[in-house]
Amino acid sequence: MKVLVPVKRVIDYNVKVRVKADQTGVELANVKMSMNPFDEISVEEAIRLREAGKAEEVIAVSIGVQQCQETIRTALAMGADRGIHVLHDGDVEPLAVAKMLKAIAEKEGPSVIIVGKQAIDDDSNQTGQMLAALLGWGQATFISKLEIGDGELQATREVDGGLETVTLKLPAVLTTDLRLNEPRYASLPNIMKAKKKPIDQMSPVDLGVDPAPRLETLKVVEPPKREAGVKVEDVADLVEKLRNVAKVI
Amino acid sequence: MATLIVAEYDNSELKPATLNAVAAAQAIGGDMSLLVAGSGCGAVAEQAAKVAGISKVLVADSAEYANGLAENVANLVVALADGYSHIVAPATTKGKNIMPRASALLDVQQISEISEVIDADTFVRPIYAGNAMATVKSSDATKVITVRTTAFEAVAAEGGSAAIEAVDGKGDSGLSSYVGAELSSSERPELTSARIVISGGRGMQSGENFPMIEAVADKLGAAVGASRAAVDAGYVPNDYQVGQTGKVVAPDLYIAVGISGAIQHLAGMKDSKVIVAINKDEEAPIFQVADFGLVADLFKAVPELDEELGKQGYGS
Repeated sequence: MKVLVPVKRVIDYNVKVRVKADQTGVELANVKMSMNPFDEISVEEAIRLREAGKAEEVIAVSIGVQQCQETIRTALAMGADRGIHVLHDGDVEPLAVAKMLKAIAEKEGPSVIIVGKQAIDDDSNQTGQMLAALLGWGQATFISKLEIGDGELQATREVDGGLETVTLKLPAVLTTDLRLNEPRYASLPNIMKAKKKPIDQMSPVDLGVDPAPRLETLKVVEPPKREAGVKVEDVADLVEKLRNVAKVI
Repeated sequence: MATLIVAEYDNSELKPATLNAVAAAQAIGGDMSLLVAGSGCGAVAEQAAKVAGISKVLVADSAEYANGLAENVANLVVALADGYSHIVAPATTKGKNIMPRASALLDVQQISEISEVIDADTFVRPIYAGNAMATVKSSDATKVITVRTTAFEAVAAEGGSAAIEAVDGKGDSGLSSYVGAELSSSERPELTSARIVISGGRGMQSGENFPMIEAVADKLGAAVGASRAAVDAGYVPNDYQVGQTGKVVAPDLYIAVGISGAIQHLAGMKDSKVIVAINKDEEAPIFQVADFGLVADLFKAVPELDEELGKQGYGS
């Protein structure tokens, strides 16, 4: 069984994001980029499936600029077997990404596709669900536990009220939540080995997908700033202020 | 123009998040229908018909909708989509699960978690954990939208008198099945709609210390939340998490206890009206957004707060 893992190159989660002065987007020049944290969890889970003998091959896919190859290399260094890079210079939205991943899935025939539940740049939380829809597969989103059986899987999902468990027929799409696992760091020998692993490159056209965005971004601005307030002396002072100044209790 | 709103409900009660989604639909304008998909959901449909501004309630009462499986509900939404310019749901875990699936089937690029309606095609939504706000215009014929509930004031749950119309179920997809759920039960208000929220972070040191916070919550009628660090450390269950990837809350009062204020936590609570931070580290970033900061050891300050509130008659 093959596992497909899409990985997205995003601004590193530790970087303080700055909006561009011309309001066209956020500053990406000279900013540290990394793999989307949820995708690291997906890669880790895929590798664990291979290590447990449930999967034979883990394929990492990234869509975007040439530097996405670095993101794929990170996945390969963690333990993925090979990479696919769909080279595209402009913005690409979840629907177009899902269409490209569908085309790749139809070619590769994975039994499971493990997608991060959301990317920390656009915070859309759509790609996995859209991909499952387009493939006509079942979906388990926001999962914190996974057991793969014979022709089906059982997944525990993190939902607003707590946890929910579903079973899905294979093939299926999963999206990962934070508590599924703790991703490993790539060791130096594995980073060296990853350099020799193959990455296929293709274009959206090769996959028969028009990547043109459906949404036009008119402007991107900073949110209203929140001013720091005052320090209170002690608990009695705090209660007094909440009661008589803020009037919230 | 007409909007179909996918209602969310629980234990045969319409959830407040639905009323926020209706408010967003109202800002878009046009006729509003509310879809109630479930099994044995007649009582919810009755409630839905009373929601202010709704002209029609569509009820799909069929076994395949009993547990809200995305595969089945998305197919239903797609089957009903014709004639609607907008399809809207609250950005809850249910809405997030179902809507992108329906959106892809309609060949529409969804607009996630809108926080403002500019016009029928143009919306504002937070990106980068709310560190930037993007205004986007959709060129799709149908707009599929999820709504950040804290950004829209709920419409009245009563006062409407919509017509109730039954729609047929579309059958089970056979792709997934529901096994069960472990839902947290609590007498306290729901985190996303509580007027007061008190949250604990890594500074709590252990789940065993959370009763300290719960005591204060009960005096104030507050909900209890947590930072990602506290959830990851296993102090409390996942459904307590407030932040970019957890729940977004905007209560009148948010009390952050032993929370440093990581970007991803601030993303989930910085729209609260009044923020209080209790932390022994004076340099903690949480103080930069707090209206009232108390630099103190929480193990001393929280029991004191509990006592002070008790003395002043709260919770009695």
